[in-house]
Amino acid sequence: MRNKETLVQWILAIVALSAIAVLALIIIFIFKEGSPIIARLGLTKFITGTKWSPTKGMFGIFPMILGSIQVTLGALLIGVPIGLATAIFLAEMAPPRTSRILKSAIQLLAGIPSVVFGFIGLVILVPFIRQWLGGPGFSVLAAAIVLGIMILPTIVSVCYDVLKAVPPAYREGMLALGATRWQAIKMVVLPAARPGIIASVILGMGRAIGETMAVIMVAGNATKIPVSPLEPVRTLTSNVALEMGYAIGEHREALFATGIVLFIIIALLNTLARIVARPEKV
Amino acid sequence: MLPPQTIPPDFVMHPKLSFGISWITIGGPFRLSRRISCRNSAHCIELTWMGGIKLKRFVLLGVVILVVILAVIHSLRTPPGRSETHAPASITLAGSTSVQPFAELLADEYMNEGRDIIINIQGGGSSAGARAALSGVAEIGMLSRNLQGDEKTLDPTIIAYDAIALIVHPSNPSLNLDIAWIRSIFAGEITSWSEVGGKDRKIHVVAREEGSGTRGAFDEIIMGATEVTPGAIVQDSNGAVREIIAGDPSAIGYLSLGLVDKRVKAVAIRGVLPSIDTVAKNTYRLVRPMILATCESPREEVRDFISFCLSEKAQEILAREGLVPVTPAASGKALKPSHDK
Repeated sequence: MRNKETLVQWILAIVALSAIAVLALIIIFIFKEGSPIIARLGLTKFITGTKWSPTKGMFGIFPMILGSIQVTLGALLIGVPIGLATAIFLAEMAPPRTSRILKSAIQLLAGIPSVVFGFIGLVILVPFIRQWLGGPGFSVLAAAIVLGIMILPTIVSVCYDVLKAVPPAYREGMLALGATRWQAIKMVVLPAARPGIIASVILGMGRAIGETMAVIMVAGNATKIPVSPLEPVRTLTSNVALEMGYAIGEHREALFATGIVLFIIIALLNTLARIVARPEKV
Repeated sequence: MLPPQTIPPDFVMHPKLSFGISWITIGGPFRLSRRISCRNSAHCIELTWMGGIKLKRFVLLGVVILVVILAVIHSLRTPPGRSETHAPASITLAGSTSVQPFAELLADEYMNEGRDIIINIQGGGSSAGARAALSGVAEIGMLSRNLQGDEKTLDPTIIAYDAIALIVHPSNPSLNLDIAWIRSIFAGEITSWSEVGGKDRKIHVVAREEGSGTRGAFDEIIMGATEVTPGAIVQDSNGAVREIIAGDPSAIGYLSLGLVDKRVKAVAIRGVLPSIDTVAKNTYRLVRPMILATCESPREEVRDFISFCLSEKAQEILAREGLVPVTPAASGKALKPSHDK
């Protein structure tokens, strides 16, 4: 019996380690492939260079970094208010039955493949923007709207859990003091849930930055820094995915280097999410 | 695992099983099989709801051992077994994804003629194809542009020509552009259609991604040293470019002639519209060669495949797919590029 116990422990440990080993190998591989070109060009030149023309030896990913940031911020601007409002409604106001149905409907949204979001964006959103707002339609705005919808499930489910975790006594105390339901939510529940809400925003941000397929389809992928939300834009992930098929030599290294930058940004965001979510243990 | 017909006699069927069976046949044997219980539990197989299989321990162990043994035998046997019997010769082609689909068609035809040969075709892009041929990784490199620099040590064979058509939305008036104009449009210097004789609308430039053979040929023939504007929309396939142009009245883009259809309108360059005819007569400028490049003294099989690609039959296949054949005999028969791909 004792032996069996140790055996199982060992097996589980090996399985767990192999998962981590895969992560480590991926990191090693990206850095091994991508770092030579960063070393050659210099990190600042690679990151702040504004010209991306890999077949002519120009590797500046600043437009893509900026593009990723713009698209992600846009997605948060759209996704966070809607997601938070939905979560508040589901957790605080909706009758339990309605809440259950709506919540599973929103979780279903998470199961839709990103290419489907992209396709709907391409067929409906892009022509709509082109016709009513001007520009080519492929734009920061289109990408932000598609991503804003895609991060809803993350934001809603995390916020919902966080709001549900606020002790009922807080609400009840507030209501007993004569506050209305909205006042209780606004003054007590939301502040108590703040760290969790911020964490949900950061998780959504990670999702939006990492999304590739849907963005390629609606963003237009121009390598210029967009000056208006109606102009096309390229993100870091689309840069890698678009050109990977043909890239060789330095071009390929530069794409891996793009991956390094992306990896670092996402690692920072995840760390941030952990730090923000930690203190109050809501 | 056990289809309902083969349930051993010592299984007792639950009364509801008649309903279960209809489901079993639709949804696989596991679905409703929890309704199968067994009389003699010593050697029964207990199936549980939704595929979680609970087997008596010895049965499980036996299955695992059997699977392992089979896997080992399989892995030991297959690869040597294949190579030991009779190894048919093989040719590897690698390179341009523009040439790839046509090379695949020709290779299928070639192998169908009963030759004992295997042809492997890989993508990777023109430059990768040339590298592969230089290093010997592939016998034949496929390119959709001319050889450059040290690639010129390779021995190129042009198997066909492909025209790149400049396309706009069909609502535009018939356009006739000069190469210098096209260059200015794609460089972002001309930004309004009114400057080239169209309506007063902003031009939306659509290009292919860096590294693509179509982009390479377009840059080489039209752009020269000028750079495509970074404001250009970039799409990673001919189909995506066509989709944009078909939907946006102010867009202009380029793609393979074979993929031009009714939803888009080809632009004339110096008064010449792209067609198999104008390419064959050498009046249309935006043309790229489809090249099979080999090292200087290729093997007999490789030479035979390349000469097959130049044969009348192969050239007819290429012409049918919308390419412009290199042999005059086949080009006479090719009337129009195919429009439905």
